Amino acid sequence: MTQPVLEVTNLSTHFPTRRGVIKAVDEVSFTVGQREIVGLVGESGSGKSITGFSVLGLVDPPGRVVSGSIRFQGEELTQLPQKAMRAIRGKRIAMIFQDPMMTLNPVLSIGTQMVEAVLAHDRVSRTEARNRARDALGMVGIPSPEERLDAYPHQFSGGMRQRVAIAIALLHRPDLIIADEPTTALDVTIQSQILYEIKRLAQEFSMALVWISHDLGVVAALADRVLVMYAGRIVEAGPVEDVLSQPAHPYTLGLMQAIPSAVPRGEPLRPIPGMAPSPLARPSGCSFRDRCQRATEICSAEPRLDILADREWRCFHPNEGRAA
Amino acid sequence: MSVFIIRRLMQSIAVLFVTAVVVFLGVYAIGDPVEMLISPDASPAERAQVIASLGLDRPMWQQFLTFLWNAVHGDLGRSFVFNRPTISLILERLPATLELTLTALVIALAIGIPLGLISGLKPNSATDEAIMTGSILGFSLPSFWQGMMLIMIFSIWLGWLPSTGRGELGSFLGIQSSFFTLDGLTHLILPAINLSLFKLSLVIRLTRTGVRETMPLDFVKFARAKGISERRIVFVHVLKNILIPLVTVIGMELGSMLAFAVVTETIFAWPGIGKLLIDSIMRLDRPVVVAYLLVIVSLFILINFVVDILYSLIDPRVRLGEQS
Ligand SMILES: Nc1ncnc2c1ncn2[C@@H]1O[C@H](COP(=O)(O)OP(=O)(O)OP(=O)(O)O)[C@@H](O)[C@H]1O
Ligand code: SF4
Ligand SMILES: [Mg+2]
Repeated sequence: MTQPVLEVTNLSTHFPTRRGVIKAVDEVSFTVGQREIVGLVGESGSGKSITGFSVLGLVDPPGRVVSGSIRFQGEELTQLPQKAMRAIRGKRIAMIFQDPMMTLNPVLSIGTQMVEAVLAHDRVSRTEARNRARDALGMVGIPSPEERLDAYPHQFSGGMRQRVAIAIALLHRPDLIIADEPTTALDVTIQSQILYEIKRLAQEFSMALVWISHDLGVVAALADRVLVMYAGRIVEAGPVEDVLSQPAHPYTLGLMQAIPSAVPRGEPLRPIPGMAPSPLARPSGCSFRDRCQRATEICSAEPRLDILADREWRCFHPNEGRAA
Repeated sequence: MSVFIIRRLMQSIAVLFVTAVVVFLGVYAIGDPVEMLISPDASPAERAQVIASLGLDRPMWQQFLTFLWNAVHGDLGRSFVFNRPTISLILERLPATLELTLTALVIALAIGIPLGLISGLKPNSATDEAIMTGSILGFSLPSFWQGMMLIMIFSIWLGWLPSTGRGELGSFLGIQSSFFTLDGLTHLILPAINLSLFKLSLVIRLTRTGVRETMPLDFVKFARAKGISERRIVFVHVLKNILIPLVTVIGMELGSMLAFAVVTETIFAWPGIGKLLIDSIMRLDRPVVVAYLLVIVSLFILINFVVDILYSLIDPRVRLGEQS
C-alpha cells in the first residue's frame, strides 16, 4: 500500500477558557490516501473546522494542538517551526473556507491577492505570477480572467468568489486540499456546479481532498470515504456507500434521516432529537448518550473503537445489519 | 466624478451661506464694539461720525446684505482695530497655524500607528498596558495643562527648547516657514507636541481597535492559509483595512485641531489665527471674527473633500458620486 498523504493520530486540540477546557478535537485519528476524497461530517460545533485548522497549524489562540501527531507525506507537522509550516501552507496543503464573502480581503484586488500567493512560495517575476493567476481563474471557469484580476471582491457574486478561492487553492497544485464547507453559503444550483468542478479538478491534478460538511447528502455525492464526527470525536468511519447503506452508529443514522435528499418522498424528516451537548458539559462515557434511543446503562462508560475490515465505529450497540 | 464635484460645490455654498448668517447673528450678540473703539470723552458728533464710517448706524439686515455682497466679491470686510482687510490679516497668520497643525498631525500618525499596531497585536501584554495607560493620560489631561508641563520641563528645568514664538523663518520655493531653519524647528517642537498629544492617543486607540477587530477575520486566516508572511499580513492586509476608519476620524479631527490650536497658540504665543481670534474677540473686532469663522468652515469643507477622495482611493467599495 502506498503511503497516505495525511495521517492524523490521536489528535487533540483544546481551547482553555475561563469556564473550563473546550475539547474541540478529542483524540481524533484518520488517514487520507493519495487522490482520496474524504468527507468529514457532523453537526455544527462538532469540531470539523478545528480539525482542518489543526492540520494547517492555524488554530486561533488560546486554542492549540495539545497532543497527537499529524504526519503529512511522512513529515510530522505538529513539531514544525512556524517558517517551515508557512512553506507548506498554500503550497502543499491548501484550504478553502466556508464563507466566500469573508475569505477575500475587501480592499485588495483579486490580482494582488493571487499574485502574493504565488510569490509567497515561488521566486518568479510579477508578470509570470500574474499569468499564473490568470490561468488559474480561467481553469475554475471565471470568464475574461485577465480583466477580472483587476476587480475587487465586492464585484463578484458569492459563487464567483468561491471559485476565486478555489483558484487560489489550486495555484500551487497542492497535494491536499481541505475544503471547509465551501458550498454551504451558496444556493443549490451553484453548489452542485462547484461540487462538480472541485471533483473534476481534484482528479485532474491527482489531489487528495478533505471535504468538510454537515450535509451527508453532499458527502455521498462526492467522497470515497466518510468520517462522522460528534462532540470532538470521530464516531464512525468507512467507505461512503457502506456507511450510508448500513450505518453502524446511531448518530450516523440520525444524520441520514435528517437529510432531505435521502429520505423517501412523503416521509417526514426526522431531525435528531435534542441538541449537541455543550462542549463544556459533555456527558461521561458516550457523549451521544442523552440523545440516543439505543442507550443503555453500559453507555455511561467510554465506548472503544471497533474496527471491522475498512469500517470503524465507537458504539456499544451498533445497528443491526451493519457491515456483515 | 464631475457630478460629485458639482454636487459638492453646491453643498459647500449652502453651508457657507448658513454659516455666514449664523456667525453674523452670533457675533452681534457679543457686545457693542463702539464702546471699545471710541474714547469715553469723544463728543457726540465724533461718535456719530465713527459709527457711520464703520457702517454701524444702519439696520442689521442692511449690514448683513452689504457684508454678503462684499463677501461674494472676495471682500470679507476691514478690521475695526487694524483698519486692514480681515482676509489679509488671516492669510498672514494662517501659514503659522497650518504649519503647527500639520506637524502635530504627522507626529500623531507617525507615532500613533506603530504604537497602536504593537498594542493591538499583543493585547493585554505589559507593552500594551503601558501604551494604553499613556494614551489615557493623553486623553484625560487637559491640553493647556499638558502645555504648561511641557514648558516647565523642557524650557524651564532642562532649558532645551524655547517656549514662545515661531522663531526664525526660512524661505524655500517662496514659502516662508519655520520648517526651514533650525531655530524655527526648535520653536515648533513643543507646541506641535502639545497639539498632537490628544490626537496621538486617539490614533493609538483607533489603530489598536482596528487591529483587534481585523485580525480574527476570515480573510486574515485565509491569507495565512496561503502561506503569506505575518509581516505582509499586518502591513498590507490589516493596515489597509484600518486606514478606512483612521482617515475618517483624522479628517474630522484635523478641522478640530485647527480650531483647538487656539489653546496651544495662546500658551506658546504662537502667532497663528487662533491667537488672532482670541485677540479679536477681546476687542470685539467683529469683521475679523466673522472672517475667521468663514475661513475655518471653508477649510473644513476642503478637508472633507480630500477625505472623500482618499476614501475612494483606499476602499474600492466606495465610488465617488454614489454616496448620498
Ligand atoms: N476561538 C475559540 N474559542 C473557544 N472555543 C472555540 C473556538 N473556536 C472553536 N471553538 C469550539 O470548538 C468547537 C468546534 O468548533 P468547530 O468550528 O470546529 O465546529 P464545526 O464542526 O466546524 O461547526 P460548524 O459546522 O458550525 O462550522 C465548538 O464547540 C466551539 O465551541
Ligand atoms: S454507545 Fe450507547 S449511547 Fe452511544 S451511540 Fe452507542 S448506543 Fe448510543
Ligand atoms: Mg466549521
